[in-house]
Amino acid sequence: MSDIEQLKAELLGAIGEAADLAGVEAIRVSALGKQGSVSGLLKTLGKMSPEERQVEGPKIHALREAVTAALGARKDALESAALDARLASETIDLSLPAPEMPKGSVHPVSQVMDELAEIFADMGFAVATGPEIEDDWHNFTALNMPETHPARAMHDTFYFPDRDAQDREMVLRTHTSPVQIRTMLSEGAPLRIIAPGRVYRSDSDATHTPMFHQVEALVIDKDIHLGHLKWTLETFLKAFFERDDIVLRLRPSYFPFTEPSVEVDVGYANEGGRRVVGGSGDEPGHAWMEVLGSGMVNRHVIKAGGLDPDEWQGFAFGVGVDRLAMLKYGMDDLRAFFDGDVRWLSHYGFSALDVPTLSGGVGTPA
Amino acid sequence: MKFSLSWLKQYLETEATVEEVAAKLNAIGLEVEGIEDPSEKLTGFRVAKVLTAARHPDADKLQVLTVDTGDGQPLQVVCGAPNARAGLVGVLGLPGATVPANGLVLKKSAIRGVESNGMMCSTRELELGEDHDGIIELPEDAPVGTAFADYHGADPVIEVAITPNRPDCMGLYGIARDLAAAGLGTLRPIEQLDIAGEFPCPVEIRTDDPEGCPAFYGRVIKGVKNGTSPQWLQDCLMSAGQRPISALVDATNYVMLAYGRPAHAYDLAKLNGAVFARRARDGETVLALNEKEYTLDSDMTVIADDSGVHDIAGIMGGEHSGCEDGTTDILLEIAYFDPERIAKTGRKLNLTSDARARFERGIDPSFLDSGLAHLTRLIQTLCGGEASEVVRAGAAPATPKIVHFDPVLTEKLGGVSIPLEEQQRILEALGFVAVAEQAGFDKAWAVTVPGWRPDVDGAPDLVEEVVRIHGLDKVESVALPRTDGVARPTATPAQKQERRVRRAAAARGLQEAVTWSFLPQVEADAFADGNGGLWTLSNPISEDMKVMRPSLLPGLLSAAKRNLDRGASSLRLFELGRRYLRGKDGASDERMALGVVLAGDKAPRGWATGKAVPFDAYDAKAEALALLAEAGAPADKLQVMGEAGPQFHPGQSGTLRLGPKNVLARFGMLHPTAARQFDIDGPVALVEIYLDAIPGKKGAATFARVSYAPPALQAVTRDYAFLVPVELPAGDLVRVVQGADKVNIVAARLFDDFRGQGVPEGQKSLALEVTLQPLEKSYKDEDLKAITDKVTAAAAKLGAVLRG
Repeated sequence: MSDIEQLKAELLGAIGEAADLAGVEAIRVSALGKQGSVSGLLKTLGKMSPEERQVEGPKIHALREAVTAALGARKDALESAALDARLASETIDLSLPAPEMPKGSVHPVSQVMDELAEIFADMGFAVATGPEIEDDWHNFTALNMPETHPARAMHDTFYFPDRDAQDREMVLRTHTSPVQIRTMLSEGAPLRIIAPGRVYRSDSDATHTPMFHQVEALVIDKDIHLGHLKWTLETFLKAFFERDDIVLRLRPSYFPFTEPSVEVDVGYANEGGRRVVGGSGDEPGHAWMEVLGSGMVNRHVIKAGGLDPDEWQGFAFGVGVDRLAMLKYGMDDLRAFFDGDVRWLSHYGFSALDVPTLSGGVGTPA
Repeated sequence: MKFSLSWLKQYLETEATVEEVAAKLNAIGLEVEGIEDPSEKLTGFRVAKVLTAARHPDADKLQVLTVDTGDGQPLQVVCGAPNARAGLVGVLGLPGATVPANGLVLKKSAIRGVESNGMMCSTRELELGEDHDGIIELPEDAPVGTAFADYHGADPVIEVAITPNRPDCMGLYGIARDLAAAGLGTLRPIEQLDIAGEFPCPVEIRTDDPEGCPAFYGRVIKGVKNGTSPQWLQDCLMSAGQRPISALVDATNYVMLAYGRPAHAYDLAKLNGAVFARRARDGETVLALNEKEYTLDSDMTVIADDSGVHDIAGIMGGEHSGCEDGTTDILLEIAYFDPERIAKTGRKLNLTSDARARFERGIDPSFLDSGLAHLTRLIQTLCGGEASEVVRAGAAPATPKIVHFDPVLTEKLGGVSIPLEEQQRILEALGFVAVAEQAGFDKAWAVTVPGWRPDVDGAPDLVEEVVRIHGLDKVESVALPRTDGVARPTATPAQKQERRVRRAAAARGLQEAVTWSFLPQVEADAFADGNGGLWTLSNPISEDMKVMRPSLLPGLLSAAKRNLDRGASSLRLFELGRRYLRGKDGASDERMALGVVLAGDKAPRGWATGKAVPFDAYDAKAEALALLAEAGAPADKLQVMGEAGPQFHPGQSGTLRLGPKNVLARFGMLHPTAARQFDIDGPVALVEIYLDAIPGKKGAATFARVSYAPPALQAVTRDYAFLVPVELPAGDLVRVVQGADKVNIVAARLFDDFRGQGVPEGQKSLALEVTLQPLEKSYKDEDLKAITDKVTAAAAKLGAVLRG
């Protein structure tokens, strides 16, 4: 064995046994450093005759390459082992809980109002608003309920001791209907609006709260009749409950602000103690439930809204938003709506991302 | 209105079942609220015959009966009724039956040691009458053993909700008329009666208040014998939910329930001189039939005689002149009262009655004479007596209303085409008279409104009459005309802002609550901020719901308190709603606000984080800023200032303002005194954002953003530390540093606030990281020095010294 062969065997052996990166570096210096054994051999090439160099040169270069490669390989191996060891030492228990983010929610009343706005926007209804502390002209008189009208007494009105500059008694609005008057006066006709909001009756028991939510709809145009009202109600309720089998029963009724007046029942089935809207109320296992009041806007109301009743006519209806929410999403206690119990809000509330859209269906499945 | 089916059939000739009647009533707008089947409550009662009756061995007043129930083996029954005797056919309640009058469930028992297998019943016990003097005696041929419900005949009772526009249907005859018009049968006409008087009326009758009482008719009946009314009359009244009282009172009630015509019978012996309608005197009192005393005033009409008031006109009679068992001579009053005055008087006295309900809705002014004749005949039939001539003071409004009605309107408004003949038939069946105003019946009609329909005063009312009788179910749905293309956006900027803020708050982990608009007085006072006074209800439902909220925070604090009491450990509640302030000209000023309450733990104790972390004022600030930004406020222009209000911790609260005056939000920690008021332990952080104070976007919305390309050169950062007086708000320093070189400085962020070793007493060290953005070429040393000089100079104006 030549000297070169022997040196190669020694160096490769030593590299293979190097225990750490420092050992590898020490071998590199001893072989390839300025004073290194391989470097020394390379320096001998200059003193050789060309013939000698031709023979020895390739051998010495091969030695250098073999040592360099072995050093690199050993270094990689050692580094890899060190990383493995470090990673092994860094293992954590991922069954421990991650940081919690609080989960917010949207109240069912807000959610349902957004759903209604979405549905009615598609039918061309804008959203209108009005004050909740109303004067009795807007809340009653303009709606064809003069002071002695028996229907006034049926409204369980909350009164304030205050009177406005026109000496009108101030009340908490008992319905969203005054928005009809305000919108007719400010916008004129034709008109298609919904007016959602808080309303108040001095009534409190298991199924009534002194504050609740209504949405009013008003259409004023030239040739609007009861058939349009019926279609609008059917279309709205089908879209809201996302069911095609909604059946309505229209019954003549009386509201001072409409003539003719129509009370609307919707058919439902009793399923496991819960009312599920759909089907005719006359089918077996079904019944009718009153859901809203409606009618053709009374001429006196159109006049109070500053419009000519010989030119304009239309329909209006009002429906309880809380009731709609309960029917759709299955709550059974109205009073819980206004308690702010976070357990209830977490259970019945909606995610911020449950934005009602027509393309996705306005409702949020359970 | 409640009535039995058989009573209805006195006026309506029909074969319809109770279900058919109910369905038709619903269809024509007389909403059925319930159907009672009296046979249900008679389950377990049987026609039975007393075979033997013997004295009870241990009780004088009891008898031991053997009773044949038709089952073969007679039963032994103990009975206390004096009329119990062998041979009597009566009604036996068997063990298991429930006595309708008192809910008692009968069972086999021993009475004074003698076995009893049921109970022989009185009419009162079965709610069939008032008689409780003895047990029911049926005719001897009553079939022993049959169920008493079958023998008695089940007469179902229908309850109908009468809308306030239909006083005519507050008499059963009006309901029958509607049903007949709708094709359910034939209406029997009201008999035209004229009962001639046998002597002049001995009492002077007049009306001194023709406004309140335009008409007052009366007559005297002498020699009546009052007593219990016959069973058929009692049955009618009881089906209507009224207690039979005496024949005279029952007769007036019957006329009211049958024809919607209230009347009153006075005991003539208790009257003194002329009887007349007049205005009450202020402070005058009357003891009414409900045994309550009412104080009257001069807006109220009364019926009086020389000695005083006997009747709150049209509402309730007086206790002192009412008919009693011994009454022999009576004065009948049938009058027409002004509906508005009745309504006002009733409301002022807070007194409701069947008479008021009818008079204030408007009774038929053409039914005075007929009503009086029918009442007279009924009383004479029941009680005998001789009637005087009728005295008529004043006259009821007599001019019939005529409505101009173009039958084309039925389709235009009702959306259903109904042949002219059918329209006319319906109107006439309801008592209207329709006559063509000119040649051609398809032109406008002059429609005369019957006196019993005060609600009808325009053509749309007639459309309603025609359509409801024709059938609302025949109205076909017609789609609303739709504009071309997809639906246009309809929400206003305020609505969009509200929706966005709501969902932003929910996305940030806050839970939306909806709380009452009204508050207890003390809570409202604590959050009133001098806006001109709170809105306080005159008639709150309770003291806790009395004052309209001036702020959203009290309601949320109460909700937080309830949750904490239920054991909640961490609360993030918000509400989006109105505050109620005073506006112009006595109107309200309702402003949208967002309230946030953070209570309990911000973060629970954790394996990685240690102890639970409570909320602090910076959490409130973070919510305020984030939600203001979502609401469209210019977040970079907001200044933190003081004066959050006395409800807040004075050292840990602030306002966010746009300029010195416009407060967009307040935030901070709840004042410990306020926390005590709400009975909440532990720190509570609050935010209130005034959405109405955020300036709207100017100009029309455009979708294209301001153009932007990221700079090619890399930004550099420089840190500066300043010594400043301790009281200097850090935000002021940040703002001046940021503004020191508007070309180069794109951001300044405070990252350290240090006090203590190395920092002189009364000072603090604030460190800022400033981001510089070179535009055309990279900074040279002299550029950076120039910027530093500007920063230092700007900071120096606040007394800040750059640390070496």
